[in-house]
Amino acid sequence: MTGVASSARGDLKLTSVTKSYGDFIAVNDLSLVIPEGSFFALLGPSGCGKTTTLRMIAGLEEPTHGKIALGSTDITDTKPYQRPINTVFQNYALFPHLTIFENIAFGLRRRGLKDIDDAVNKALDLVELPHLAQRKPTQLSGGQQQRIALARAIVNRPALLLLDEPLGALDLKLRRQMQIELKWIQREVGITFVHVTHDQEEAMTMADTIAVMNEGEIEQMGSPAELYDNPKTAFVANFLGQSNLIKGTISGSDGDNHIVDLFGQKISLQKNRSHAVDNSILAGIRPEKFRISRLETSTSGNILTGGKVEDVSYIGVSTQYQVLMPWGQELMVFEQNDDGVAPFSVGEGVNISWEPIFTFALRGDEDAEAGTEVSPDEDLDEE
Amino acid sequence: MRKIGTPYLLLIPGMGFLLIFFLLPIFNLAQTSTQTPKDGGDTGQYEQTFRLANYADAIFENREQFGRSFLYALITTILALAIAYPLAYAIAFKGGRFKNVMLVLVIAPFFVSFLLRTIAWKQILGEEGFVVPVLRSLQIISESTTLTSSPFAVVMGMTYNFLPFMTLPLYASIDRIDPRTLEASGDLYANGFTTFRKVTLPLSMPGVVAGTLLTFIPAAGDYVNAAILGSPQTKMLGNVIESRYFRIVDYPTAAALSFTLMAAILILVTIYVRKAGTEELV
Amino acid sequence: MKTISRWFGRNLIRIYAAIAFTYLFIPVAYTFVFSFNDSAKSNLIWKGFTFANWQNPCGAPEVCTALGNSIKIGFLATLFSTILGTMIAFAIGRHKFKGRSSTNLLIFLPMATPEIVLGASLLSLFLVFQINPGFWPTVIAHVLFCMSFVVVTVKARIASLDPRLEQAAMDLYANERETFRRVTLPLVAPGIAAAALLAFSLSFDDFIITNFNSGTMTTFPKFVYVSAARGIPAQANVIGSAMFILALTIVILGQFVGRKRKVS
Repeated sequence: MTGVASSARGDLKLTSVTKSYGDFIAVNDLSLVIPEGSFFALLGPSGCGKTTTLRMIAGLEEPTHGKIALGSTDITDTKPYQRPINTVFQNYALFPHLTIFENIAFGLRRRGLKDIDDAVNKALDLVELPHLAQRKPTQLSGGQQQRIALARAIVNRPALLLLDEPLGALDLKLRRQMQIELKWIQREVGITFVHVTHDQEEAMTMADTIAVMNEGEIEQMGSPAELYDNPKTAFVANFLGQSNLIKGTISGSDGDNHIVDLFGQKISLQKNRSHAVDNSILAGIRPEKFRISRLETSTSGNILTGGKVEDVSYIGVSTQYQVLMPWGQELMVFEQNDDGVAPFSVGEGVNISWEPIFTFALRGDEDAEAGTEVSPDEDLDEE
Repeated sequence: MRKIGTPYLLLIPGMGFLLIFFLLPIFNLAQTSTQTPKDGGDTGQYEQTFRLANYADAIFENREQFGRSFLYALITTILALAIAYPLAYAIAFKGGRFKNVMLVLVIAPFFVSFLLRTIAWKQILGEEGFVVPVLRSLQIISESTTLTSSPFAVVMGMTYNFLPFMTLPLYASIDRIDPRTLEASGDLYANGFTTFRKVTLPLSMPGVVAGTLLTFIPAAGDYVNAAILGSPQTKMLGNVIESRYFRIVDYPTAAALSFTLMAAILILVTIYVRKAGTEELV
Repeated sequence: MKTISRWFGRNLIRIYAAIAFTYLFIPVAYTFVFSFNDSAKSNLIWKGFTFANWQNPCGAPEVCTALGNSIKIGFLATLFSTILGTMIAFAIGRHKFKGRSSTNLLIFLPMATPEIVLGASLLSLFLVFQINPGFWPTVIAHVLFCMSFVVVTVKARIASLDPRLEQAAMDLYANERETFRRVTLPLVAPGIAAAALLAFSLSFDDFIITNFNSGTMTTFPKFVYVSAARGIPAQANVIGSAMFILALTIVILGQFVGRKRKVS
């Protein structure tokens, strides 16, 4: 192997990394530490800069400004082949002219290692495809190619493994299976994984830490539970799952809680779950946290009254309602079908209630629709 | 340093070759075209007098051959397109597992020298061939009509010889069309002909442009078909240039004609490519 | 009646293709048949069947010398034009540099120039420098017109290469040189082979440019053209047919081997 950077190990550290193409800023002043051994996901819609970030880490793009370091070694100016970092490419990029064995052996041979058969066979065992060693990539199914791409990267025991939308081309069922397998393999080999995806469910299933990216910047970073339960911005609230965001004002205080006025109805919000900067807020509640009840039924917790069922969709495990509130906003309610109660029907008057601890609050001047728009080119490559 | 140098290092040998053996000769050709016979010199000795009238003389003298060259080349191109398009379409969409075999068959006749094949046509269409007696007995042609030594034979020969040059680029671009786009067109209420006109043809335009150029250019400069299958009445510009070089040793006229032919083709090609809207040819 | 017309409608394009192929192969068949003609000199009229021409393909004076020259010239022209053209194709296809569009134009120009102009202008140049037409001038002329076709063919192959494959190689510890040797070159190789094949067949079959630059040296197409006036010996048909069969066999074998390798 060539270069000093090759033996570097440790946390990956990006310091004020910027990448611009002419006037367009793909990645804007990004600073980030990815701890050694973690499974890290960069999540965001297409064009958010996540793939560019990944390619800069791999060495396939040069940052316009900023530094990238692995442990204590600065790798900003090193070539891709001088970095102990390997990538599982989108669409895999297996060498079509080489056998599966030679594909996996490629990196080992370039580093001048001897007796590589063992390592290659172990990698094939790891992805459970030892019988395909002598095939050519075109003779493999998409799922098999995906595993070989993984084996080809992992066999090098890199300090860091980058995965660029690795499951994008697989069908849903195979994707689920691979998600679990990837997670297992990561634990098995103990390599830091950096995973780029636009699929929030995929990111949440696999990663210990997720950084949600939007327009070249990180909106919020944390564990899947943190991001889901207490999003900081409307973009995160909407991009990770769905959220009901209701305009309101903080009108008083009750111990650890704010009293919030939502169009004349008072609810309570834990002070430490508010990211608002003044009294104007967007109160957020996840649809599955809502309970729906008939007007005459008494309920506890936060209550919003005067709703009317606009739409009912029965989807097996749950029933999804659209409830029109007196101020003209439609709220989404997901109700588990576990109580044997017949679903509500369109036109019925209902109340909506929830446990106060589930309320979160965003700045009142945020766009409540941010992150909800799903662009039609979602699945396209970012380049 | 390396990054800037590599492409130029790769280019130098080839470009140097083109400079010496293509641009320099063309420049030299332009120079020869304005020369006049040396006073008191032997045949074939010329001196530079910058006589531009050489061009006017050469073109005027050979205006018929000029017209014929471009007319024959045009008809040849249209005929070749008409034959090759359905052929390329059939190979691309109906070829199935015989696709490669059919492609090889398109190229295979190349390996029998084109001269042998052209002479074969001469004999097939000639008085001793089997076509003429059959047509005569069916009274399709009269007793005195011959097929060889005619414009028909020359154009047919050229169409035949340049057919693979038309078929291959057409095939390459038709083969790239996703058949689902054709189904989509049918789904969106286009009938077969409209689908062809609005979807297939526009998508295969790069092939049409490349194929027509690869046919028209050599056809306009050809003289072999006219020499073998034609008569003095079907002489093309190529025949004149050839005889000025080898028989009459009139280099200036030959050069003027060559240069005019090249310029005319370049102008036509530029206009055509602009109109067809495909800049990326090479 | 109705079913017949419907059958025609459905198979129109196939019938058309069959007719087109017949058109392409009529003179090939004619050449092949007349290679068995028992005619000593002029091969115009069918005189009877014989294997004599096939048993003695060099029987006609000069024909094998001409063939030998054609093969030698074809080989050299293919070698040089493939090397030069491939280098240019890589420069254009893999690098951004100043003067790229004028380079493209200079590559295109020889293809847009009729052969007779190429041949005539080159001859003029040789005459100016008092170089006698012959073997090497012919090789140079052939390299000239083959090179552009090589560039176009190889460039197309390079353009269709997924850049991620080279990136993957770099990612897997191959430096620029190794990436080129282990990934880029093997993947472009089929394009280079196709270009070389094209160059050889263009060179082998060329008459016009050769006629201008070969002087007294004869090549196979020149031999055919010159002897056309007094009748082509049947040996020429033998050689034409043999080349055809040889090429077809090579291609079919190549296909067969390629398919077999894919299966196993």
